[in-house]
Amino acid sequence: MRAAVLLYGHYVSIHVKSMMQYKGSFLLAVTGQFLVSFNVFLGMFFMFQRFSAVGGFTYGQVILCFGIFLMEFSLAECIARGFDTFSSMVRKGEFDRVMVRPRGLVLQVLGSRFDLTRIGRMLQAVVMFAYGVKAGGICWDIPKALTVVFMLAGGTAVFFGIFLASAALCFFTLESLEIMNIFTDGAREFGKYPVGAYGKRLLQFCTFVIPYALVQHYPLLFLLGKRTEAWWMFVPLLAFWFVIPCYGFWRVGIKKYQSSGS
Amino acid sequence: MKKYLSFFRLRFSMGLSYRAAAWAGIATQFVWGGMEIAMFLAFYREEPGKFPMTIEGIISYVWLQQAFLALFAAWMLEPEVFESIKDGNIAYEMCRPMKIYPMLFARAMAMRISRAALRCLPVILFAVLLPGPYGLEAPKGAGRFALFLGAMILGVLVTVAFGTLIYAVTFFTISPEGLRLLVTSAMDFFNGAIIPLPFFPDKMKQVMEILPFAAMQNVPLRIYSGDLQGNGALRAVMLQAFWLAVLVAAGWAVMARAERKLTVQGG
Repeated sequence: MRAAVLLYGHYVSIHVKSMMQYKGSFLLAVTGQFLVSFNVFLGMFFMFQRFSAVGGFTYGQVILCFGIFLMEFSLAECIARGFDTFSSMVRKGEFDRVMVRPRGLVLQVLGSRFDLTRIGRMLQAVVMFAYGVKAGGICWDIPKALTVVFMLAGGTAVFFGIFLASAALCFFTLESLEIMNIFTDGAREFGKYPVGAYGKRLLQFCTFVIPYALVQHYPLLFLLGKRTEAWWMFVPLLAFWFVIPCYGFWRVGIKKYQSSGS
Repeated sequence: MKKYLSFFRLRFSMGLSYRAAAWAGIATQFVWGGMEIAMFLAFYREEPGKFPMTIEGIISYVWLQQAFLALFAAWMLEPEVFESIKDGNIAYEMCRPMKIYPMLFARAMAMRISRAALRCLPVILFAVLLPGPYGLEAPKGAGRFALFLGAMILGVLVTVAFGTLIYAVTFFTISPEGLRLLVTSAMDFFNGAIIPLPFFPDKMKQVMEILPFAAMQNVPLRIYSGDLQGNGALRAVMLQAFWLAVLVAAGWAVMARAERKLTVQGG
């Protein structure tokens, strides 16, 4: 385990060093990441110039929700970028090389990419979070602070699971499928508002099938004092179950894997 | 003119060959549209009085936007064109007995129309079949539908003219990424892709409606959904024609200048 962590750290430092060789394009990519999600924020901002609430949540509360959710997404994307671009690894036959090395497959794929440019988005998420903390009208205490930490951990796990599952899908299709964008980019885009605002059926889907609501809607209710029982703070940790079927799917995919490179 | 038409036909059939990608795209756009509608409905339920469009209007707006995404999407500038300007391969294109501006224009038209042709019908069909308020409503009256079609054509032409102007400007910058990022973000925001223009505060809306960005998807979609009517709609279509003329003239002039002063990069 310790060796794995060290190796991963080494991978990361290599990627960071190589990215810093091109500081100009690094800054540009960071700005780009920032701009893209800044548009989403602007859309929200102007909606709330007209409306005062959505699904019972005010502007400050929605900003808090979006800030945390975007942080969860960018953390997962930063770490799991290797899975996001996994289809090219399979198509070029690079995965064969990965399989003959005496180290874990997941670790190696994780280490194959580490995208620091995602801090552009992260930066914005942090700013929105800071504003939401102030404007959301929450009396903060230790359980609530812990809830935020659990949300970040659980949410990163959910998105990590989705990246893993869509990478596993490449074993069957070779191409990455645009449909999977619904669960990554789509979730990021529409997760700006608490899932409950979209209606009951979607909330059920996001509770039991892909547990976005466990790391977004329910803990938000606890943060805002709409739910008071202490066990609500542990709800985001439940989302970790989602990684298990995703990993299972990945294992199935590896069993079926046939090399496609030359 | 004939050579540009056959160039268009060539690129068009190239675009048609990506069918599997189109199916995946259709599914994505359908879910996306559904989510977008759920979002607007959530705001509507909260304060129906403050909603600036009719509920049927916004739903039709969203479905048409999804169906014709490829026609108007800001990010659909072709990376290969930027790449060839950057690495110097564009010089080969310039050797051909064609003007570079109409060639790039025809190429962009072909790409957008071929992708939209594959994707729009299934999305529209699904949307029409959806029950009650969630579906795409039938066009109201032949006159308005004709105006919608006209605005649609002008809107695509303005979008392509703007894109081609960006290609032309790229000849003067060596690294196009920054420009592309800024322009696509601005386009998305001002042309009503993020939220439709009626949702902006009134003063801002008035300014935004004059900009060339509003002459893209904003006019046809709002004519269809009944938000723009009568004289307002006619004025908007006229403004589209004006911006089309300005953007084509500007693009042509910049490209001509680029052709005279061109330094080809790369070896």
